[in-house]
Amino acid sequence: MSVLRQGAVTAALIGLFWAFVIAITVSVTLSFASGLGFRPGGFGCLILGFAGGLPLVYVRDVRLVISGFVLLCVVLIFTPLSPVLFQDNVPMHWQLLGVVAFGIFTIWPLNVMLVEVHPGALTRHAFEDAVIRFLTGFGYIVFTAVVLIPFYVMVMTSLKSQQALLRNPLDFSIELSRGWDLFRSYIELFGQFNFGSYLWTSFYVSVLTVVITLLFSVPGAYAVARLRFQGRAAFSRSILLIYMVPMIVLALPIYIVFSMTGLRNTIPGLLMIYPVTTIPVALYMLQGYFRGLPGEVEEAGLMDGLSRLQVIWKITLPLSLPAMVSVSLYVFMIAWNEFLLAFMLLDDPSKFTLTRGVAMLNSSEIPRQHLMAGAVIATIPIMALFLGLERFMTKGLTAGSVKG
Amino acid sequence: MTVPTPPTTRGALERREARLAWSLLLPTITIVSLVIVLPLLAIFWISFKPVGLADLRPVAPVIRESLRERSGEMVIEYRVRNSSQQKEIVGLGFTDTVHDGVTLGVLPEQCSVDGGALRCDFGDVEGGFNERIRVPVTLDGDPDMLEDIVEGTEPAGYGTGDNILTNSEFTLDNFARIFNGDEFWSVLWATVFYTVFGTIGALVVGLFAALLLNKSFRGKGVLRGLYLFPYVSPIIAVAFTWVTLLDPFSGSLNALLIQMGVVASPINFFGQRPLALIMVTVFEIWRYFPLSFLFILARMQSIDTDMYEAADMDGASPFQKFWYLSLPMLLGILSVLFLLRFIWTFNKFDDIFLLTGGNAGTRTLTVNVYEQAFAISNIGAGAAVAVVIFATLLLFSFFFFKYISQEEGL
Repeated sequence: MSVLRQGAVTAALIGLFWAFVIAITVSVTLSFASGLGFRPGGFGCLILGFAGGLPLVYVRDVRLVISGFVLLCVVLIFTPLSPVLFQDNVPMHWQLLGVVAFGIFTIWPLNVMLVEVHPGALTRHAFEDAVIRFLTGFGYIVFTAVVLIPFYVMVMTSLKSQQALLRNPLDFSIELSRGWDLFRSYIELFGQFNFGSYLWTSFYVSVLTVVITLLFSVPGAYAVARLRFQGRAAFSRSILLIYMVPMIVLALPIYIVFSMTGLRNTIPGLLMIYPVTTIPVALYMLQGYFRGLPGEVEEAGLMDGLSRLQVIWKITLPLSLPAMVSVSLYVFMIAWNEFLLAFMLLDDPSKFTLTRGVAMLNSSEIPRQHLMAGAVIATIPIMALFLGLERFMTKGLTAGSVKG
Repeated sequence: MTVPTPPTTRGALERREARLAWSLLLPTITIVSLVIVLPLLAIFWISFKPVGLADLRPVAPVIRESLRERSGEMVIEYRVRNSSQQKEIVGLGFTDTVHDGVTLGVLPEQCSVDGGALRCDFGDVEGGFNERIRVPVTLDGDPDMLEDIVEGTEPAGYGTGDNILTNSEFTLDNFARIFNGDEFWSVLWATVFYTVFGTIGALVVGLFAALLLNKSFRGKGVLRGLYLFPYVSPIIAVAFTWVTLLDPFSGSLNALLIQMGVVASPINFFGQRPLALIMVTVFEIWRYFPLSFLFILARMQSIDTDMYEAADMDGASPFQKFWYLSLPMLLGILSVLFLLRFIWTFNKFDDIFLLTGGNAGTRTLTVNVYEQAFAISNIGAGAAVAVVIFATLLLFSFFFFKYISQEEGL
């Protein structure tokens, strides 16, 4: 430990690790952006890691170190020690961009990470601070990459043509010359695959699910939160218990009954099941919120001659509007994203919901970019809702996330 | 002087309140019993039944009527068939209207005419029963009208087939089948691996994400929204994206790994043991870390900062502060999250089904329900797996309620 806590050793090691992280990041980013061949260079990173970490500790003039470092990176392009290696077909300006990006994103954050590091033995505090700063930077990059890459691939694949995809799976650059033809997959989905109708089905099924769920769960939640009756605790628990029952267990008998009664392949059949899967979670979320409302307001209403139902309608509901929005959004999200029941109960392509429609695209005869375009169409509405109403959505997620 | 005591009986007001409560709860209770409790009971019933997918079509008589000419004579030919190849039909027969002006000739032995209606009985017939009977007819008047008149009415068949779902035949074969042999152990192993590592992984990764965002800086809101993406988007979209991304032939990840010189030939991530199981677990972690992240971050932000200031004064290092202060404060939420996620990961079906379809050693119990019931067409065995899942779940929820009652606020 004590060797590690020498300022020079700390700086060199952090510099080394960080140089590798940035070299990989830059290579992956540029490969994805241009489709050209970039890869991190091991020896270059090794040398530049030391060359970045050590001077920051020993040289006072930070600006000198930064500009010197970037210059060194550029010079190394022409040697086998370049931190980012290129395939032969990579043009000069891409090479330059890669190396300069590497230089800046390596030395600049390193400067911040090593701010407390000085020559000689470090205190435990300074050492751990430096390590934590490194881990934080590392964390941001890893998390952002891991979350973003699938979505990036999803959107970009949907804009590619089949030949381009097969030629180079790494090339996600947009061929602007294709103009409107870029959106060909989308046009075909809406034109030939009936996606407009699926979108509409999904929309109204989700909205109706929200409405029905609220109709059932608001009175129920009020009763559980406010009224005293025997068996209240038992009821609360059985709600939680019920929504831990996995859907696949219920789907089997529902499938059998629906097959026999002819409810399979009908939207009303779907609408009989969807709300029931969301009522317990909505009831649970709402009763938590109702409990937090001041009871005195309602009692005042009762004293002034309102009936219980009027109290719910005129006092409780307006007061709990934010919670209602959260619950509605959460229920909408569950209904919109629902896959299993739609998959099992719907076979008729004219009645598909969006998720079922996307599942249909997963066949070897339909090109990949259509599948990805379908995925984008399914994701965009829920993302727009999420980003627009993030505050409510986050609250809904936190309150309702007893469910997965 | 008497000591005042609370009333031991329930007053009128109290009863009225309870009545109101139950009437408010009644719609929910009704619909939940219909759609959740009833199917649960049904699944127990079905699990003891030798029932396959084909048995869902009811066994019924099929009657076809046609007019033929045989050796200069007009006959109505009835073709009577049992829709099932295996099951018998009890009391099979049919009736058909005899129209005015139509005279029937010599009737076959099964048939009789009774007041304007032809009635033929075949008694109990085996599966695969298929017979033709012919009734000669003559018409007073225009012979060309005969066809229209005869085929104007459809014959009505009757007879009851035995329905496997409602009869009293029970079997333990379904359970014997699913508990039998290596397959059960492989399913169990996949379930345990997926559940345990998926849960722990999502918790740990969520904890790291929360640590990253537990400070204020510009763009924090954006990052927080971004980190929730995997959880918010439709499962079908992200699962297929992963499949596309990791495809061994045209997947970008394999292309990237080869270009970087990490691997020499493409890896079939979702197609080979044991990698497929690891990858579906990784997917599970990726998709559900946002949830634990959200909870843990909320808890972190409610921790009093005084404590950390005091620790700073005492010279605690950052790791010490995390280990001795933050972690104990987070233990409550972490254990609740663990229990919840454990149950939900155990229940997960869609993810694995979409990623691998349960192939390459990724068949968990929930996927096995689908596999048995629909891929092998053995509904009974599927139901038996579902019963096993439900029993395990009851066990989990026992622990859940035992521990969660200590942790209010959730």
